[in-house]
Amino acid sequence: MAERIVYLDNAATTRLDERVLEAMRPYFFDVYAVATSQFGYSPGLDARDALDDARTRIAAALGAAPEEFVFTSGSTESSNMALKGVAMALGEKKGKHIIVSKIEDFPVLHSARALEKQGFRVTYLDVDEHGRVDLEQLRDAITPETVLVSVQAANQEIGTLQDVAAIGQICREKGVLFHTDATHSFPRVPLDVREVPVDLVTVTAHLIHGPKGVGGLYVRSHTPLVKWMDGGFQEFNLRAGTENIPGAVGFAKAVELVTPEETARLQEMRDRLIERLLQIPHSRLNGHPTLRLPHNANVSFRFVEGESILLHLDMRGFAVSTGSACFSRSLEASHVILGIGGDHERAHGSVRFTFGRFNRDEDVDTVAQAVAEVVARLREISPLGKE
Amino acid sequence: MPLPYTETVMEHFRHPRNVGRIEDADAKAVEGSPACGDMVAVYLKVDPKDLRITDIKFESYGCASNIATGSIITEMAKGKTLDEAKRITWKQASETLGGLPPIKVHCSILAVDGLRAAIENYEERHGLVKERKPTTVEFVRKRLKRVMNPMTGLDVVRTKLVKEVEVTDGTVRVVLDLPEDHQFAAAIREDIVEKLEPRWDVERVIVEFTE
Repeated sequence: MAERIVYLDNAATTRLDERVLEAMRPYFFDVYAVATSQFGYSPGLDARDALDDARTRIAAALGAAPEEFVFTSGSTESSNMALKGVAMALGEKKGKHIIVSKIEDFPVLHSARALEKQGFRVTYLDVDEHGRVDLEQLRDAITPETVLVSVQAANQEIGTLQDVAAIGQICREKGVLFHTDATHSFPRVPLDVREVPVDLVTVTAHLIHGPKGVGGLYVRSHTPLVKWMDGGFQEFNLRAGTENIPGAVGFAKAVELVTPEETARLQEMRDRLIERLLQIPHSRLNGHPTLRLPHNANVSFRFVEGESILLHLDMRGFAVSTGSACFSRSLEASHVILGIGGDHERAHGSVRFTFGRFNRDEDVDTVAQAVAEVVARLREISPLGKE
Repeated sequence: MPLPYTETVMEHFRHPRNVGRIEDADAKAVEGSPACGDMVAVYLKVDPKDLRITDIKFESYGCASNIATGSIITEMAKGKTLDEAKRITWKQASETLGGLPPIKVHCSILAVDGLRAAIENYEERHGLVKERKPTTVEFVRKRLKRVMNPMTGLDVVRTKLVKEVEVTDGTVRVVLDLPEDHQFAAAIREDIVEKLEPRWDVERVIVEFTE
């Protein structure tokens, strides 16, 4: 067993930052009351202050007003809330058509499928070889019955960034609401709702060294949204349930700790890793060469299978992810790699490396070296690529 | 949290036995394809006097359970007669490995299929086979016992997923008692097509779902 795990799966989740934990601590032990109404007892008022402060700071990172930001249990809930909430609000009034990209992550994709079962028509937009949505196809797909367009800000596997400003512009012109899943980009890739015409934005804390179990949804003022989980009047009567105040405080602290300098350091590591990996024969980059998440590298190696690469890397002390069917819980190859026109072999041989705050510069060289050796070893065993 | 693989599986994955090619092999077979995510090639040297496997090698494009099963099955088959080797089941292979996770069983079956196909290939070349049998409903049901239900690690026949089988003019139709959008629907469909399509008299395999 290697002494230190080189964790390169920061798009799956991240290690909590101690400073986040310190910020959260008082809200478990000292200010543990619920956020009461303004006429409540004083510990409740302190809790309310903390919640409001966290909300204000996270909303500011999006250029939003505090009352436009709703705390949730994470990205999955946020995206469910956006798609199903808008569908419930406008389905009968306006129409039963929504548009999503075919490479969305499961919360959006499976919410769309669930709506399909309830009688909605769903258009799944194609993407090009780099994973970018075709804006003309989007424009043509919008009909008078369309109630929502949902296209991610950045892809979970291949890291490709979408042109959310252009997509938002098209939706605005056509009078259609626009949701973007910014789970993987927020706040490293800036998104300002004062400049980008977007109505709903999904964000989460645990991918930026914040706690798991807390996320949020930006909801532009006057966006029609039906509350889908019944309960109390919390979160502007949009999301019921006792507020997760330690989580909210931790989320705000995590956002504060992300700096452009740090993101630039991750991007530098990403670029060096991509360069090193592409020196391995029969390898290719998945996703856009430049318009990609600053911390994401995704490379396919031909003639070898991802789970085998992953296990060998694990034995050498590296944690990575793969789009191979063998690794997935459904035994299906990555819908993202297939969506960008890749074949099954490219999906099976794809490996995702995602950097975070606790990676060291030397991790690039050690993982690149390990991958080169593991891939070479597995190719010796493989019946493919010998002639 | 320990790995889902046993120590024996990991040992064979780390150091697979009998890896490589036999350039002057007496028979070889390739099962699976890059598309399905697993592929195994098996090479045999056979002593024509007593039909004993004197050397065997394999190559694998696949996950850990595929590589480990290729390794164990070549060890088990070496020195056996073709008839003995043919009777090695994936159950025996899997037991020798100390068990495999249910979801991974289908990857390991490929290695067993590879060995059997290589033996069949030898028998065909040396005139040891009786005439080709037609694909019947019974045959399909028997073959479907090699298709795994990833929920249980048992085959789709035993777990009663196969509702109907029809064979007409080269078309095999299989109805599964599973909703079409089930987590494993696509994987099982692919596996069934793969197991039946190579048959000499099968042109088309249709897999349907009940809901």
